Amino acid sequence: MIKLSNINKHYSTGSHQLHVLKDINLEIGSGELVSIMGSSGSGKSTLLNILGILDEYDSGEYSLDNTLIKNLSEQKAAKYRNEFIGFIFQSFHLLGYKNAMENVALPLYYKGVSRKKRNKLALEYLDKVGLKEWAEHMPSQLSGGQQQRVSIARALITHPKLILADEPTGALDSVTSQSVMNLFREVNKLGITVIIVTHEKDISDLTDRQILLKDGAILEKEDVDV
Amino acid sequence: MFDIDRWQEIYHVLSKNKLRTALTAFGVFWGMFMLVVLMGSGNGLRNGVMGDFGSFATNSFFVWGQTSSMPYKGFQKGRYVAFDNDDTEALKRGLTGAAVVAPKCQLGGYRSTNFVTRKNFSGSSFGISGDVPEIIKISPKKIVQGRWLNQKDLDDKRKVAVIGSRVKEVLFEKDENPIGEYINISGIYFMVIGVHDLEFTSGHNDSELESILTPLTTFQQAFNWGDRVGWYSVMGKPDVAVADLEQEARVILKKRHNVHPDDHRAIGGWNASEEFGKISGLFIAIQVLVWVVGIGTLLAGVIGVSNIMLVVVKERTKEIGIRKAIGATPFSIVSQIILEALILTGMAGYLGLSAGVGVLELVNSSIEGSAGMFTNPEIDLSAALICLIIIVISGGLAGVIPAQKAAGVDPIVALRSE
Repeated sequence: MIKLSNINKHYSTGSHQLHVLKDINLEIGSGELVSIMGSSGSGKSTLLNILGILDEYDSGEYSLDNTLIKNLSEQKAAKYRNEFIGFIFQSFHLLGYKNAMENVALPLYYKGVSRKKRNKLALEYLDKVGLKEWAEHMPSQLSGGQQQRVSIARALITHPKLILADEPTGALDSVTSQSVMNLFREVNKLGITVIIVTHEKDISDLTDRQILLKDGAILEKEDVDV
Repeated sequence: MFDIDRWQEIYHVLSKNKLRTALTAFGVFWGMFMLVVLMGSGNGLRNGVMGDFGSFATNSFFVWGQTSSMPYKGFQKGRYVAFDNDDTEALKRGLTGAAVVAPKCQLGGYRSTNFVTRKNFSGSSFGISGDVPEIIKISPKKIVQGRWLNQKDLDDKRKVAVIGSRVKEVLFEKDENPIGEYINISGIYFMVIGVHDLEFTSGHNDSELESILTPLTTFQQAFNWGDRVGWYSVMGKPDVAVADLEQEARVILKKRHNVHPDDHRAIGGWNASEEFGKISGLFIAIQVLVWVVGIGTLLAGVIGVSNIMLVVVKERTKEIGIRKAIGATPFSIVSQIILEALILTGMAGYLGLSAGVGVLELVNSSIEGSAGMFTNPEIDLSAALICLIIIVISGGLAGVIPAQKAAGVDPIVALRSE
């Protein structure tokens, strides 16, 4: 599903060059539930951005579902993002002036699906995350947990092969975190690969495989740690 | 592209900060308003001044006889120069650059008015003239009823007349058909064969509407003018300098009437093209000024819009980032921003255009009828269309820079958890 070989990434800040990712080699199979752990500055967000085709890498190769993701045009990157990947963010990033249903339907808008059809689908997905009654509510009227569920529904609506979650529970209390993680498990059971970036041990413990990042390199201790 | 989500978004963005939107829009509104009002006022001033020319052919001139001021060939000075039919022939032969040579007589002289009666109706403010059919090329008229004079009328010396619409109002009942009826001019009956009106409704040529035109030959015989001619209207061929043509005509006439070649008083003249040229030059200058000032003001408003759109893009960096993350193409983001700028300038500009036209209409109706220097302040359709095109183009341009900024938003930076 995902194959990273010798990925390197540098950031230049003024005269300094920061080597953020160092020779990352990683394979994630289809239908895995993986967490990427690491303290801030370990390069986990950068890795996530590369996986999500939001950022480019300097050297190496990244293939997603047997497609080489390298030097894509903006147009193509947008298309792959839309088709392959569902994003979930720490601060939910719902559009404040659209209700829950419209937020969920938004990725389909960029796919060119008609309004009627995408709203119908959005309702189905809201039902799946248990928020059908809240479809007409604006994000500001929803609790954090509910907002995250909406954003999960939004990530799922395009039938992505991969869900990328960046600190999905970072802004939630532990009970809500638990239920959101349960939702991820259910999603995973549908056969979708889920990658969760977190720095919380409790959260990563709920995944099948942990990848530990430190100073831009992977510590091969996935199975050792548990 | 034009689906409900887009409009919802535009509405949201523009209504989120109403005061800011209103102030920005006002810049464009005012620019457009000023452009329209200035343009309309310029046109009003021009219409007022040009109205004095009526629809008169501007490549033409008049010559008329006056009294000589120099003795010549044994003639004393102070002799009246009177034109006759032979002069007409001489002018037609001599002036190769003339398209039309039209002799004209007016009962009582230039701008005199006469008493005309019909049955129980009468009017005393009518100008009676003897004309040739070609005069209509120099001083265009619209024949609203019946027909215009023709050569046969002149050849047969028919006692017929073409009357102005005002004459008809005075001498006839409201629904009466004047064609074939007789009117009494100084005791002589003429049959009405046509009614003429101004070709354009601009200006205030009352004397034109109160004129009664008869065949020149009939006029000369009926009113005992013999072969005398009052004055000549001459229209030059295209590309002929009218001022030169006028000089040629003077030379011919002076020679025929034994006037000293340097005697400038003996023959009077009025050159329409010279006057017209001076005035139209002035109005071109005014027009240029209007456009420069108007476009400048409008530009200031458009730059304001561009500025605000930049701020909007800055504010929405995060949202644009989300959209990119879930698959928005650069095109969809760029077009969104440009559309927003277009809507803002378009609506404000349209309001400005409407308000400007409204003010002009108001002024127009309040000065209606009072013939002065300021007539029909209005902008024509083409100018209004040009304004609209300018709005649309400038609105699009106003969106370009902010849109490029939006397209360059880096989702990673935008979505970095705060």
